[in-house]
Amino acid sequence: MAIKKFMYLNRKASYGTAYAIESLEVVLIAAAFDQDVSLAFIDDGVYQIVEGQNTDGIGMKNFSKTFHALGDYDINKLYVSAESLEERGLTADDLMPLVYEDEDDDWEEKPSVKIVSNAELTKIMSEQDVCLSF
Amino acid sequence: MLHTVNKSSFERNSLQSCLNTIDDTSVILLIEDGVISAAKNANSSMLADLATQGRVYALQGDVDARGISSKVADNIKLVDYAGFVDLVVEHGTAVSWV
Repeated sequence: MAIKKFMYLNRKASYGTAYAIESLEVVLIAAAFDQDVSLAFIDDGVYQIVEGQNTDGIGMKNFSKTFHALGDYDINKLYVSAESLEERGLTADDLMPLVYEDEDDDWEEKPSVKIVSNAELTKIMSEQDVCLSF
Repeated sequence: MLHTVNKSSFERNSLQSCLNTIDDTSVILLIEDGVISAAKNANSSMLADLATQGRVYALQGDVDARGISSKVADNIKLVDYAGFVDLVVEHGTAVSWV
């Protein structure tokens, strides 16, 4: 099967709507078909990968832990909008330390998350075959 | 009156609409994605005055779920579900800004 470049744009926080968890489901499906997958976290989507989420008080599943598994599915291109972070009073230190093991570099553990400007994101999006917004 | 807001102020204008019509004795309770407005961020000025007057609450469980408990702005009071019920009882008519 031909490999296409898929980008998933995550624009909403995790538990108020189902967009975030639905996106994650579709991301894992694309990965299962060995597609070239990248994720972008923009607007309130940046809250999806904030460290320290605790859903005990709202009776919902804390699926933020699933993001740690993405590296094992060869999904290691996670772009976060610098502007969206700053607007929300967040920094890179507030995000989960998501990593992958680089098979081309003796399986060294490397960070999956990259903070990018909206201008850089524009360029990355223009290189995709498909962009899906959630 | 009690006004509940369940949308992020970055995504919808629910909080602004609420603020446009709120009277001097009403209080606001932020729930679900509304708690994003409880964090210190570029929209914090929207609630700063009301918070100083002790009239802004946020639901603790929703704050914790979003990992922003360490970022809650000054003077915003956190309540649990029992506290939510107390606010309903205390303030009478409730308005949901969905």
